[in-house]
Amino acid sequence: MADVTPIKTAAEQALAAAFGAARATLPGQGAVVALREDAFRTFEARGLPHRRVEEWKYTDLRALMRDLYPLAAPPDAAAKARAQEAGRALAGVDCRRLVFVDGSFVPELSDLAPEAGVTIGSMAERLAKGDALVAGHVGKTFATDDVAVALNTALMGDGAVIRVAAGTAVKRPIHLVFVSGDKPSALFVRSLVVVEKGARVTIVDEHDSGGSQENAAIELVVGDEAEVDYVKLTKARALHVASLLVTVGTRARFNSFAFTRDGAVVRNQNFVRFAGEHTEGGIRGVNLLRGNEHVDTTLLIDHAKGHCQSREQFRTVLDDDSHGVFQGKIVVEPHAQKTDAKMMTRALLLTDRAEADSKPELEIFADDVVCGHGATAGALDPGLKFYLMSRGISEHEAEALLIQAFIGETVEEIGHEGIREAVMNAAIEWLGARK
Amino acid sequence: MSLLEIKNLHAEVEGKKILNGLTLTIEKGQVAAIMGPNGSGKSTLAYVLSGKPGYEVTDGEILLDGESILEMEPDERAAKGVFLAFQYPVEVPGVATMTFLRTALNAQRKTRGEGELSTPEFMKLVRETSGHLGIAQEMLRRPVNVGFSGGEKKRNEIMQMAILQPRLAVLDETDSGLDIDALKIVADGVNRLRSPERSMIVITHYQRLLNYIVPDVVHVMAKGRVVKSGGKELALALEAEGYAQYVGEAA
Repeated sequence: MADVTPIKTAAEQALAAAFGAARATLPGQGAVVALREDAFRTFEARGLPHRRVEEWKYTDLRALMRDLYPLAAPPDAAAKARAQEAGRALAGVDCRRLVFVDGSFVPELSDLAPEAGVTIGSMAERLAKGDALVAGHVGKTFATDDVAVALNTALMGDGAVIRVAAGTAVKRPIHLVFVSGDKPSALFVRSLVVVEKGARVTIVDEHDSGGSQENAAIELVVGDEAEVDYVKLTKARALHVASLLVTVGTRARFNSFAFTRDGAVVRNQNFVRFAGEHTEGGIRGVNLLRGNEHVDTTLLIDHAKGHCQSREQFRTVLDDDSHGVFQGKIVVEPHAQKTDAKMMTRALLLTDRAEADSKPELEIFADDVVCGHGATAGALDPGLKFYLMSRGISEHEAEALLIQAFIGETVEEIGHEGIREAVMNAAIEWLGARK
Repeated sequence: MSLLEIKNLHAEVEGKKILNGLTLTIEKGQVAAIMGPNGSGKSTLAYVLSGKPGYEVTDGEILLDGESILEMEPDERAAKGVFLAFQYPVEVPGVATMTFLRTALNAQRKTRGEGELSTPEFMKLVRETSGHLGIAQEMLRRPVNVGFSGGEKKRNEIMQMAILQPRLAVLDETDSGLDIDALKIVADGVNRLRSPERSMIVITHYQRLLNYIVPDVVHVMAKGRVVKSGGKELALALEAEGYAQYVGEAA
């Protein structure tokens, strides 16, 4: 029999061509080059993920990404001027803003005031110059052969590199703002945050992908006894694929929260490894979808060590013809005894045409654990709606109140008050715009 | 003109006919008790008046101040002054009682073309009203009815009524599940709201409530119609004789 030669799609061919053309100029030498080449081979062998790849079943990237936009050029003065307003959702919160326009760090829009125990840099610069932190962690936080991560590694350009030294409590949240214009372009941004022993920090990772195809990845190393809150805010008019790669140490605390609204096609994949005992983690999020939007949340939570507690909690509101996906997999490794993991995802369908797919999975190899998962999908309770309307509240407002209550329980879990309020206000604004 | 005129009302739920030619008039300022055996259509009447989805009127009229309300949404009816105190008040997780009260009051005022109440005015109103009903401030911060006892839920209904000041209040078995002390508090709350400008329909299965909320008229319902009307002494007669004669008569 003749060998079957898979036919490459236009986007796959364009990705290969883009890598071929850019490999000489992408930042980094030596080990970085080897890392890129290795990652590129993973992509070449597997191609873009499609619906027969289990992890990508509901988000067929091969079909959704017909072509590759040209790699983004560094921003010109006009692009930077447009980015002045970026990140204003958190205008009321005292943050350290670091701004990236069309995938490139813009120091003049960023707050680089020195702070004891905090080191901040540009990924592109660190890759080019060679850097111990980058060499020690990039590509090593969570071992995965996921193709989106591989493509990011092969083509990674700029992003933030942050180190919080042991014992440092960073007062102001660090707000990464990635903003892109309307011009069709492809971005591969990569960030690294290393939080050393006993340090504390809140990171807000905001992406307004504009009309771009954005592949974003961030590696988060949470040291022993460290406390890290990570909040991701996402908007995208074309395509946004983000990978969060986390490893958490012993007696640490890690909480993530992802908020997505106005996301045409968004995939947030979360790879979290509990690599030390007695750690508590929360992986949560709220997605608001309308029109034909497609938002996919995929989790791979690896309890590698025992005595850890994790809570996974997601709420998705689906209007019009939107499509929400939740895939949550919790793995409890053989020696991770006394693991306590609970996952819950709930979808609220506002029309008959919206679709929510939920796929929770538990893979438990230890025998002394408490693990559970649940998934619900349903419409607004007509009894509740009638009760509110019988008091004079209009149908629109009654629905808004009930939707706010539905997501509120999860939004409440955001530790930082100002960020919590900003997220709720963004949700209320979305509800107000419903017809 | 009477406040409420119901003429030859026929209504069904999921294809099952419940109201069967009901005719009833409520005068301004009148407190009317509606009594009747289980399944006579008392609660259905309450829901039809407030516009609950799924309760389909197939014939007849409901006129409020001479104007038909049948085509109105529940919130429009509320703004016109219709209020239903639920037999089973629903729990609304995630919506604080205070937010709920304020949203409801301002929505009604807006529909009626009145301005919103200022925060101090609203707080004063809620403090006074909740105080009369023995509702703690802490309860107002909790989500609507969540974790409330049966009595607390009923008191919360009466508090809403006191704040929203309806012209037609329908109390659907407000006495059910209440012990005698709770019943007195609720009845006091209702009596405080009696006024020449406000009519009430008090639906109850038992005469007991009517010792505390003394009605101007008593109507007996059976098989989806009003089969007898009289003064408050009619309630006492029913207590003594039961509903058997009416069930038989209507069948």
